[in-house]
Amino acid sequence: MRALTWQGKHDVRVETVPDPQIVNPRDAIIRITSTAICGSDLHLYDHVIPRMKSGDVLGHEFMGEVVEVGSGNSKLKVGQRVVVPFVIACGDCFFCQKQLYSCCDNSNPAEKQDV
Amino acid sequence: MARETTPHARGDAPPATAKDPAVASTGLAADRDEDALVAKTVTINRPRQTLYAFWRDFRNLPLFMENIESVTVMDGHRSHWKVKAPANTSVEWDSVIVEDIPGEVIEWRSVEKASVNNSGRIEFQDSTNGRGTWVSAVIAYDPPAGKVGQVIAKMFGREPKVQARRDLRRFKQLMETGEIANSDPPNAAPRGD
Repeated sequence: MRALTWQGKHDVRVETVPDPQIVNPRDAIIRITSTAICGSDLHLYDHVIPRMKSGDVLGHEFMGEVVEVGSGNSKLKVGQRVVVPFVIACGDCFFCQKQLYSCCDNSNPAEKQDV
Repeated sequence: MARETTPHARGDAPPATAKDPAVASTGLAADRDEDALVAKTVTINRPRQTLYAFWRDFRNLPLFMENIESVTVMDGHRSHWKVKAPANTSVEWDSVIVEDIPGEVIEWRSVEKASVNNSGRIEFQDSTNGRGTWVSAVIAYDPPAGKVGQVIAKMFGREPKVQARRDLRRFKQLMETGEIANSDPPNAAPRGD
């Protein structure tokens, strides 16, 4: 697939990268039709986020079409149009069950929650 | 305006966390001579019977307790623990369950002559705010190599206070979602380099 990749500070390029695969059974693969540029993309572009590596694919607020769904994902169907926010949420905690996804208890690894 | 008085209610915090020494010295630490005490509570959005049952099978503990290499169950009450220690070493001991109330409490302690004298107690209470179960863990132990060992362990992230906090977080994630979050990049599209 084609993707906008980060190569270094103030250096981004559209390149051909390997196609994604279903890794977790709850994954879905989305063919992106359009993507937003977020304020935090500027931090990545400016290399303020320390863990960036050359070749990282940018874009985390986008929309597109579902092209493949993992065996543990019963909500999405191939062909659906979807909008994807940046939030990472488990879907199972108290807050997610109230649809307060940005408050998810389980987004972050345990060792990162100390910080 | 007169202040409302709140009737005494049992909180979710383990007594060992209390600021009042008279309260803090009750319970697990009272009749033990361990130097270090860890107490932590998390709220888990699952019924306490489910959480109790998973924890009660000690073979499950290495799934979410990072520093436990293995637990071998010897019989209904005795088990053998192998635990990572600082500087790539490990320590082993036998442990026995001393209190077991299904759905409510499990308490265990190392048998005599353990290399690290230790004990633990986990309590499961229905939360009063409809958020599942309050899970409280209290761990008491003699730090390997005393205070110096405790400081070194802390530097390597194996200090039990840090470990207990993270392990309970992982327990919550595993029970609520069936998996444990990590921030390693997914290998969805491996790069050539």
